[in-house]
Amino acid sequence: MTVFARPGGRAAAAPLMGHETEPTLFEMSVPGRSAFQLRTTGVPATPLESLVPTEHLNPDVVAVAEVSERDLVAHFTRLSHRQFSVDLGMYPLGSCTMKYNPKFCDAVAGDPGLAAVHPGAPAALSQGWLEIMVTLEEKLCAITGMKAATLQPAAGAAGELTGLLLMRAFHDANGENRRRVLIPDSAHGTNPASVTLGGYEVTTVASNGRGLVDLDALKAALDGDVAGIMLTNPNTVGLFEEEIAEIASAVHDVGGLLYYDGANLNANLGAVRPGDMGFDIVHMNLHKTFATPHGGGGPGAGPVAVAEHMVSFLPGPRATRVEDGRYVWVTPPRSIGRVHGWQGNALVLARALAYIDVHGGDGLTRVAQHAVLNANWLRWRLRGLLPAAYDRLCMHECVLTATPLKEKYGVRALDVAKALLDEGFHAPTVYFPLIVEEALMFEPTETESVQTLEALAAALERIAERAAVDPDSLHRAPQSTPVSRLDEARAARHLIATADAER
Amino acid sequence: MADYLPHTKEDVDSMLSFLGMASLEDLFAQIPHALRLASGLDLDSGLSEPDVAAIFADYSRANVATATKMTCFAGGGAYDHEVPAVVRALASRSEFVTAYTPYQPEVAQGVLQAVFEYQTLVSRLSGLPIANASLYDAATALVEALNMAHGATSRQKMVISSGVHPHWRQVARTFARGTGHQIVEVPLRDGVTDWGSVDAADAAAVVVAYPNYLGVLEDLRAAKALATERDALFVVGADPVAAGVLKTAGQWGADIFVGEGQAFGTPLSFGGPYLGLFACTEAQVRRLPGRIVGETVDSGDRRAFVTTLRAREQDIRREKATSNVCTNQTLMAVTAAVQLGWLGTQGLREVATRCAQGAHYLYGQLLAIDGVDPVSAAPFFREFAVRLAKPAEEVIEDMAGRGVLAGLSAGSLAGGADPSVESGINHILLVAVTERRTKDEIDHYVSAMKTALAS
Repeated sequence: MTVFARPGGRAAAAPLMGHETEPTLFEMSVPGRSAFQLRTTGVPATPLESLVPTEHLNPDVVAVAEVSERDLVAHFTRLSHRQFSVDLGMYPLGSCTMKYNPKFCDAVAGDPGLAAVHPGAPAALSQGWLEIMVTLEEKLCAITGMKAATLQPAAGAAGELTGLLLMRAFHDANGENRRRVLIPDSAHGTNPASVTLGGYEVTTVASNGRGLVDLDALKAALDGDVAGIMLTNPNTVGLFEEEIAEIASAVHDVGGLLYYDGANLNANLGAVRPGDMGFDIVHMNLHKTFATPHGGGGPGAGPVAVAEHMVSFLPGPRATRVEDGRYVWVTPPRSIGRVHGWQGNALVLARALAYIDVHGGDGLTRVAQHAVLNANWLRWRLRGLLPAAYDRLCMHECVLTATPLKEKYGVRALDVAKALLDEGFHAPTVYFPLIVEEALMFEPTETESVQTLEALAAALERIAERAAVDPDSLHRAPQSTPVSRLDEARAARHLIATADAER
Repeated sequence: MADYLPHTKEDVDSMLSFLGMASLEDLFAQIPHALRLASGLDLDSGLSEPDVAAIFADYSRANVATATKMTCFAGGGAYDHEVPAVVRALASRSEFVTAYTPYQPEVAQGVLQAVFEYQTLVSRLSGLPIANASLYDAATALVEALNMAHGATSRQKMVISSGVHPHWRQVARTFARGTGHQIVEVPLRDGVTDWGSVDAADAAAVVVAYPNYLGVLEDLRAAKALATERDALFVVGADPVAAGVLKTAGQWGADIFVGEGQAFGTPLSFGGPYLGLFACTEAQVRRLPGRIVGETVDSGDRRAFVTTLRAREQDIRREKATSNVCTNQTLMAVTAAVQLGWLGTQGLREVATRCAQGAHYLYGQLLAIDGVDPVSAAPFFREFAVRLAKPAEEVIEDMAGRGVLAGLSAGSLAGGADPSVESGINHILLVAVTERRTKDEIDHYVSAMKTALAS
């Protein structure tokens, strides 16, 4: 056979959302091809060998990939066509708050006046950034009812661990060595993982039949060894912890602190504040509540706000306004120290501030109202099809169960989720929280219209009809997506984590 | 009054009536009345986008130290590298930007494959076989490395060269409050780690930076020998751009590599979001923090990618997880894959080489100035430290008036006295040169420095 071209150098011929596998960057590589262009500097081109001793130089060439700019664009554009996103369609992934991310906020963060500032620049030369940070901190405190905040934590879990270290510093300062932190059995996995890293032991508190913290079980677990409790409110089944005031006084009575996991803060905007519920420490997921884009799994930002008695322990340095209107960096007197290499995910912080400014207090209140309206509309619309795990008013998300479909037709929550992908929707969160069997957790968010909610409900009805007549087709779903169900066991059994791994 | 909500008043009314409710307030009935925020949020009313843009334009103007208004010679883990239009365009595609963590791999092959390519690149740059899907930044990646070393050895002592960036060490100390790790910082002598000066018995990890934060390329054989002797994990925090031409962490014998990936396509961003690079040996893979993408096939035997070894992670293992990381920095990892694809094998070498050439050219000129002295006689790469006759902060302020961000004050980074410098840390200036700096800019830097020191 005549070879007209060397291998590599070609993206897949796949049309939109096609099924043809895209080659890797490395498979596309053709020796000698390149895309980069650099500035003409006029700096003397002294050979590297005369600048750096040979024992430091790599005798081998580190291979990257060799592609043309055109191929680079084709490759990543085709990859993007194999990716679902909020911009493409409804993403009702419960607990993740996949609402529309305003383009304006991205544009604000793209301004070189913000994006091109070196993080180590003196405060006098970066006053705009310090003002952004002080302003955001003040607004987050107004929203949560807290006194002061650190903006350093780069994500929710980083905020949790920061909060636990603040809890530890508080007890240490009081000369107390408490060992346990309470967590409801409905909590996110990051909570117990953070507790361990905070040097505490987890005590799990059972939920009651209404999906809420069991107050008696909580009281039974409380003693002088409890450093605090971590709570999400509304909790992960989308229900408001109605007895929060009783919980708060019970925990405070034994000298413990209340930590608010802000994963679901979006439901409370303008309605109720963690500070008023009695929380001492609050983290916020700016990438959820304040709509900064999730980036396929990050970046996020997880600021931590605290009540007055915890302010002196906050991480430093913190941007602070001084009397003459300037801004300076100040480290609190009993600070636990830095929790980020610099000042946190600054460009995420700027986006969140822009989002808050556009909405204002009135707009943020409406955000929560419409999020709760949409979740309840969807719950009620689906009541004959997928019953709610706890059949009453919910907050911003509803946890439904596929148990009836499983019992009647052998169709599980996973099958429903996969079939939804074929219907053009992202799946809900499945099998979480752990206390609900065959859980399907829907968070429609406030930015989806009632027409979109109805289309989702209609898709679920079609799936239920298929379950009755052809359940096997649901076990095979999805079929219209770039790839079908994956052999996940094989991926774990024989790890291939790079293009160079042995196959 | 601007917002992004679709519902008309009629929509809201009909939805409420579907629910048998009279008002939106009824939706919040489960919140005890005494806790309700009676008077609403204490925030201004919403503004239109153009109105908010005007506020942000003021913030933007108040930032003087931008790489567009001043010539940037500051480094310390944050570098002013070329980010071409093509990388910005691809990395800002909304399919990547507005996706969530790839929990449904059938509709997330774009992010998953891009992360797989990123892992491959980090593996090659580190010289280690396993790389994860990213961490927050280099400092928090170091913390995860220490936790991994503890997991591997069940020991608590972390022997860390004070050549490791002061902020990274500060972060390690903060998180040690929870884990109970004992952080032992090893002093530098003339810019090089003095390993003999500390007791490394029972060390879980020996940590070194390459180059160190003063820019010095240390011979890592001493650190490796110490780690081997104490049966500790050898952790190398390396500059991934330098890794284009220098020996990799793996070649120096590292068990774990951590690094800052900002240099690959992410703007200076006032410090974040950045990109925590993490790679390790096969032996440590079950202790890996965060996500990792693996290759497999779908039911039609087509190649596909999926997050794997999930049993380590917090949502499954809970309090026994290897880390609490959930959200990471995926978009920066995808960006790094795009930027490295653009640079290619030759471009990465070219960038690394030009950084070194610019830094050495500037260093030579600076040392000829009265009032500028070397900090170390050891070799450096693209960043170096000099001792000035005046406090570095004063010089930085003076040179800023001449359009130059002269570098970083070692004293400011360290927050005062530090084992990395025997004395006079406030007079030490850290200077970085990237491939974007021209000879004219460097020459201007030299004359601005002369003026600053003479005034």
